Amino acid sequence: MTLDQLLPRRQAEIVAIDWTVLAPDEAKRLRALGIDEGAQVAIAHRGVFGGRDPIALSIGRMTLALRRAHAMAMTVREL
Amino acid sequence: MSRLRTAALVGNPNSGKSALFNVLTGARQKIANYPGVTVERKAGRLLLPSGEPVELLDLPGSYSLDAASPDEEVTRKAVLGELAGEARPDVLVIVLDAANLEQHLVFAQELIELGRPVVIALNMVDLAERDGLTLDPEALSAELGVPVISTVAVRRRGIEDLLAAIESAEANAQATPAARPQAARTLPERRQAARNMAQKATVSETAEHRLHAQLDKVLLHPWLGPLVLFALLFVIFQAVFAWATPFADALDAGITALIGIANAALPEGFLRDLLTEGVLAGVGSVIVFLPQIVILFAFILAMEQSGYMARAAFLMDRMMAGVGLSGRSFIPLLSSFACAIPGIMATRAIADPKDRLTTILIAPLMTCSARLPVYAVIIAAFIPATTVGGGIGLQGLVLFALYVAGIIGAMVVALVLRRSVTKGGASGFIMEMPKYQLPPLRDLAIGLWQRAWVFLRRAGTIIFAATVILWLLLTFPKAAPGESQVDASFAGTIASGLEVVVEPIGFNREIALALIPAMAAREVAVSALATTYAVDAEDEEQAAEGLMPKLRAGWTLPTALAFLAWFVFAPQCLSTIAVARRETNGWKWPLFMLAYLFALAYIFAGLTYWLAVAAGL
Repeated sequence: MTLDQLLPRRQAEIVAIDWTVLAPDEAKRLRALGIDEGAQVAIAHRGVFGGRDPIALSIGRMTLALRRAHAMAMTVREL
Repeated sequence: MSRLRTAALVGNPNSGKSALFNVLTGARQKIANYPGVTVERKAGRLLLPSGEPVELLDLPGSYSLDAASPDEEVTRKAVLGELAGEARPDVLVIVLDAANLEQHLVFAQELIELGRPVVIALNMVDLAERDGLTLDPEALSAELGVPVISTVAVRRRGIEDLLAAIESAEANAQATPAARPQAARTLPERRQAARNMAQKATVSETAEHRLHAQLDKVLLHPWLGPLVLFALLFVIFQAVFAWATPFADALDAGITALIGIANAALPEGFLRDLLTEGVLAGVGSVIVFLPQIVILFAFILAMEQSGYMARAAFLMDRMMAGVGLSGRSFIPLLSSFACAIPGIMATRAIADPKDRLTTILIAPLMTCSARLPVYAVIIAAFIPATTVGGGIGLQGLVLFALYVAGIIGAMVVALVLRRSVTKGGASGFIMEMPKYQLPPLRDLAIGLWQRAWVFLRRAGTIIFAATVILWLLLTFPKAAPGESQVDASFAGTIASGLEVVVEPIGFNREIALALIPAMAAREVAVSALATTYAVDAEDEEQAAEGLMPKLRAGWTLPTALAFLAWFVFAPQCLSTIAVARRETNGWKWPLFMLAYLFALAYIFAGLTYWLAVAAGL
């Protein structure tokens, strides 16, 4: 399952990221923020007015906002 | 004489670096740009316990030395001593967010591996404790092999210790040559090490950071969140109008008193007229708006420093994506409500070049504080101070509508631009959400002071010069008896030419006259109107009464509304154009901006005028 399908507040581990669909600078930024294979994440919030975009991700003690398009490039395994 | 020692603050974004910088350097700060790049250089002086001064640089927040933005490039070069005209810092002060060690230790390791003298400020330990996290700085120091000092910048805790540590790191660096740089490791290695070290430095930890999560639950709620944001924006604009009034009235009374003193003390003649009609009436009418500008900036700074601004960006991302932008553009655009210049400069944080260009082009449509004096005067003169039910003032409502008009205009323009001149792939949105904290009053005060000073400096230079020149153009040549002074003057001749162009959109001669100097800065339109009407006054009694009665007597309501509509769109600010030129490296885009904004201003002022006339207003 990809990250955008994960239910809110469920812990999951990123098992694979398709870096090729991400722009090089975005990939760099995501890596610098700790998004990588093996990272543990949970979805904290989703977009406004019933929209599914963007996504607020809990990673460690940090909250990180990204787009659904990014999340779709990440395969996760629920813990 | 020994060389001035230097130190630099480095760290991730949201590590509380700026607050620490403010405490270490006080108000003795110099803000400029790095040569050749459009990145802000913040420098200040700190005093070591020995009394020796050190120049401290506040480097842009970075995630790594592998730069992904112009900001990070500056940080990388400054740390490595490759920045032209900048000495390599003798000591690196690495600032870490105590509650986010796992993340911030990644960059810290990269910096320590350089082998430079290093001190670590374990910052915001109070917030970490609030989140149920107790840390052991000594354990962390042992792990990293460098001194670690716990600090709470906003409460000045740990500052003495930090200064002492900087001094000894500096002295050690003088005594022994710097350690050989360690072999650089890969990012996953550093991340693993960061995780281990964070674990060893943690004494105890509760699972959830409660307050943070609770606040986000409301403020990022899919329905409540946008409502809260919208309500907040509404309160800001009401406050700008309501709270500032007593201060503005007091300033106004002060200026009127000064004019009275000058009239009594000076002999009648050119000098007295220049001082009272030109300088005091003109510059004074702009200074009056300082309270409103300060209030607006206070809200914007408080939103930034409390961590709410990033939530606003999150909430706005969906809407911004609808016009081809991202939530990242929200912060520059919101800053543009204060002034388009810092707004356009803040677009540097937008990674995608097409996104950034679009944001720059629409930034002038956000109602900047310089329009506020214009709006305020016209609204106060033409819109009755009644309420429309629920205690909502009609004047505040009209002001809000003008802001909304600018926003809608910007959104439509962005949509069109993203499908035409700035066409390109969809942009992304990746952003760290900082922890909530009460905006430290000290940082708020320093920020407000810097903004107010910029405004006053403009009033003292650009606005002063424009007002005096306009007054001279209005005063000479002298009118023959029975002829109006404005008609006879140089300015009158210029305005006659311009009047032909703006007459179809309901503008009169005085407006045509005011538009010329308003190119220097929008707020000059008010002082220009004040000067024009003061010069044209038949006697001193008439000149002494305020601008508003004269506007009411001279303008119709449709003209006033058209004037407001003009200022929603018109690019009446040469400094903005100049900044756009610098940020886009050429004249192409600023000229495009100028052309499209004037076209919109003309069309909408005309539409407003004819609709209002047709409606019988």
